[in-house]
Amino acid sequence: MTTETNKKFNIDTVENAANTPDTELPWAELGLKENEFDEIVKVLGRRPTGAELAMYSVMWSEHCSYKSSKNHLRQFGQKVTEEMKKDMLVGIGENAGVTNLGDGWAVTFKIESHNSPSFVEPYQGAATGIGGIVRDIISMGARPVAVMDPLRFGEIDHPDTARVMHGAVAGIGGYGNSLGLPNIGGEMVFDAVYQGNPLVNALAVGVMRHEDIRLANASGKGNRVVLFGARTGGDGIGGASVLASESFDDTKPSKRPAVQVGDPFAEKVLIECCLELFKGSLVEGIQDLGAAGISCATSELASNGDGGMQVELTSVLLRDPTLTPGEILMSESQERMMAVVTPENVEAFEAVMDKWAVEYAWLGEVTDTGRLIITWEGEVIVDVDPRTVAHDGPVYDRPYARPSWQDALQADTFTGSVQDAGRPSAPSELAAAVTELVASPNMCDKSWITKQYDRYVGGNTAMAFPDDAGVVRVDEKTGLGVALATDANGRYTYLDPYNGAQLALAEAYRNVATSGAVPMAVSDCLNFGSPEDPDVMWQLAESIRGLSDACMELGVPVTGGNVSLYNQTGSTPIHPSPVVAVLGKLDDVARRTPSGWQEDGQAIYLLGTTAAELDGSEWAKLRGHLGGLPPRVDLAAERQLGEILINASRDGMVDSAHDLSEGGLAAALVESSLRYGVGARIALEDLLERDGVDLFTALFSESQARAIVSVPRSEEVRFKDMCTARGFAHLRIGVVDAASNALEINGVETLSLDALREAHEGTLPKYFG
Amino acid sequence: MTELPLIGEAPVAADSRLDGAKIGVVTFPGTLDDRDAARAVRLAGGTAVALWHADTELADVDAVVIPGGFSYGDYLRAGAISRFAPLMSKIIDAANSDAKLPVLGICNGFQILTESHLLPGSMIKNDHLKFLCRDQVLRVENNTTAWTADYEAGQEILVPLKNQDGQYIADEKTLDALEAEGRVVFRYVGFNPNGSRRDIAGITNAAGNVVGLMPHPEHAVEPGFGPESNAGTDGLGFFTSVLNKIVGGAK
Repeated sequence: MTTETNKKFNIDTVENAANTPDTELPWAELGLKENEFDEIVKVLGRRPTGAELAMYSVMWSEHCSYKSSKNHLRQFGQKVTEEMKKDMLVGIGENAGVTNLGDGWAVTFKIESHNSPSFVEPYQGAATGIGGIVRDIISMGARPVAVMDPLRFGEIDHPDTARVMHGAVAGIGGYGNSLGLPNIGGEMVFDAVYQGNPLVNALAVGVMRHEDIRLANASGKGNRVVLFGARTGGDGIGGASVLASESFDDTKPSKRPAVQVGDPFAEKVLIECCLELFKGSLVEGIQDLGAAGISCATSELASNGDGGMQVELTSVLLRDPTLTPGEILMSESQERMMAVVTPENVEAFEAVMDKWAVEYAWLGEVTDTGRLIITWEGEVIVDVDPRTVAHDGPVYDRPYARPSWQDALQADTFTGSVQDAGRPSAPSELAAAVTELVASPNMCDKSWITKQYDRYVGGNTAMAFPDDAGVVRVDEKTGLGVALATDANGRYTYLDPYNGAQLALAEAYRNVATSGAVPMAVSDCLNFGSPEDPDVMWQLAESIRGLSDACMELGVPVTGGNVSLYNQTGSTPIHPSPVVAVLGKLDDVARRTPSGWQEDGQAIYLLGTTAAELDGSEWAKLRGHLGGLPPRVDLAAERQLGEILINASRDGMVDSAHDLSEGGLAAALVESSLRYGVGARIALEDLLERDGVDLFTALFSESQARAIVSVPRSEEVRFKDMCTARGFAHLRIGVVDAASNALEINGVETLSLDALREAHEGTLPKYFG
Repeated sequence: MTELPLIGEAPVAADSRLDGAKIGVVTFPGTLDDRDAARAVRLAGGTAVALWHADTELADVDAVVIPGGFSYGDYLRAGAISRFAPLMSKIIDAANSDAKLPVLGICNGFQILTESHLLPGSMIKNDHLKFLCRDQVLRVENNTTAWTADYEAGQEILVPLKNQDGQYIADEKTLDALEAEGRVVFRYVGFNPNGSRRDIAGITNAAGNVVGLMPHPEHAVEPGFGPESNAGTDGLGFFTSVLNKIVGGAK
């Protein structure tokens, strides 16, 4: 850089700031509140420079500082038992938590939101969502091995939904497929509440040897700080554009995209390049650049380390030479990493960069001053205590209260409602109801989406959509692997945030156990409306309380996650949508349990009991009703059911297992039949008598802690004995009938698999081509 | 040369007759299925050797696999930049030499082979314009190539297909010539997943040592990790074919 650069900006140095205390700064435009700006002035003992203001404004934003949720999120760290700590190698606070898998293996996973960008620009928003979460995983020292995407869009027939659907799915595919990471599952929910605020969450999982775990900290005076990967551009700056007022140059580009633009090729090269750095032990600390870019990376690395850091900002390689210091600090250009390297390793580090043709710039070094100093051509433009930027941001105890409408909502049950009129009961009506259910937008086949994702790459995918959990092999020698599932039900959580969040965990836990894996850890993505609305804040507080209580009861710790607030259109928030991901372990992925039956003559068992629980159900949604209370939570039963499913898998007692959740038994029976195109004969008379429900309720109720399994004849006695010994309700409800090519349920007109398949698979192509 | 970092270690096949045969697997920046191709070589009994695109010498390998992925991000055109890698000129020479080095290009590897003019024609975007991942039935039309000798002529096999730019095109004259010379090695059966001319999934050169195809045989080599029907191992024949040819033995 020449001094010419300097002339483009009116560089606001620390010295200048000290001498011009009354200069007006655009703190409000950058999203800071007056009290927050005053706090910055207090911390610094002077007004911030333009560059400092840029850093504080992004790092103290809701997204980076968790200022509204922090007081509540603490529960995840507090409600932890010894059992839960046992396998946790790295907990909340790092880029992602790390769990011990045994045999020297560790696994790291995390789920994050990329909601707003995905509404503005679905392709790039969804693509960079994948990119960001994958870099979090790399930052821990792990090789990423799979991704998943829970998606929530507006109503299927709304004209704007197709725009979001096509863009987001193509973006996830376009980016994820190019990284060589199999996409092993996710969710697709359509609901009008997400019309103006779709939820695009992304999960990545990675594996490593214990000794390869890396943390984001800058330690060791004299160690060098390097930025590598893509160049820094003007994308993703958002509010920072107001700092363009710093510029003398009117000819610079004025409109910059607030949404980041991804380059998956650069990310793939970055992954391989980082793994080679880890292999050679060439970095002391590493941090990906995501939200808040260089502001976040420098302040977090320095803050987590043992000293300070000095950085020369003009050394940053730029895509756009007109960027101001504030913009460079805030830019969210993708595919960048920052690392701390000892002087002895500089040469080896550069050799790896050169091999992969990755650009890098040495920005500065670690110091022992306790200060983060950023200079522009030697002039100091930032001089802060990094902790005040990264960790000591504002924390709010936002007011919250149970909404005035909650009681009326919970009193409005489905049974007996206008929408419940003409409840199906005749055999033909029930058959039509089952068909309608499995063709509905939320229950229909999602392969229109998943066939656009590579599920095979890596050669370790043992199970993927549409089975209950995605399963990936970690160790080819032993077959050791992990299973993952994500779940949320915004309707349940709207009716009761405490129980709704627990139900999300219960379902993800159940899905993992259904695959045969032992649930080990949780990552959550808490999608809510504005925390400044006391109703929403109550939903958030209740959900976190419910989820943390349930984690303790199920013995699975939260190892990381993300909070996404302000998801609303005008004053109307989305349904509270805590998306919960559960990770489980399989000693040998060959023992995984698929969700469909295959062998003729195997007995079909229903585990668990059924109550009349239709409130918030998919059936109620089909009839346009939302009210009452969600299904009852019974975590002790969930744990018991999980143990049965895991043992059954380990000992080869079941050949298939499918959890019962949205759509109840009806959906599970159809899905298990269509999975391999094998029919069954079902008789529910004993169930109706035992549980005191009618046939419609047996089919459509969404009672929890239930699953269906198919049991080989030779294993039936052993399986029944196990359930009996554990005192868990189990009932033989039918038999696999390979020849019938139909699902026959007593009291329901025969459903041919061809007709069911047509209904189930036809919906998404009908709307999206 | 680069080392391919694996996740864990793979089981090794028992046939010691084959493990002396070395098959190179090329990695470009953006290659994705290199570990998978190396695993397939191992499971077939051979020894996989990692080759780096920037190498200026072709290591002492008996055959080469150019795996799938998005080399150089598919920028400009899939395979167009990779074709100029230093190692590619060595591979092109060796494939055209009297020794007729066996070369298999899978997906992006096939695209690189057409860009290198080792094989005729080209791939354009799928006719439906989307990435498509599915299990695909192929018919083996020619079982005399270096990579298909272990299959029966006319045999139908099931292997994964996953790509966005998989539509094979060539002018009519070239297509007629390929048909006449028996150089169409694989054809899509039942469903043409990308609009390829004459349902062509894979072709060979005149000598039969260079084969390219869009579907992924290396993802159908291990039960439980490939297609769910046919045991999921229909792709193994590619690798056993070339290994048997190298060691000079019959099946």
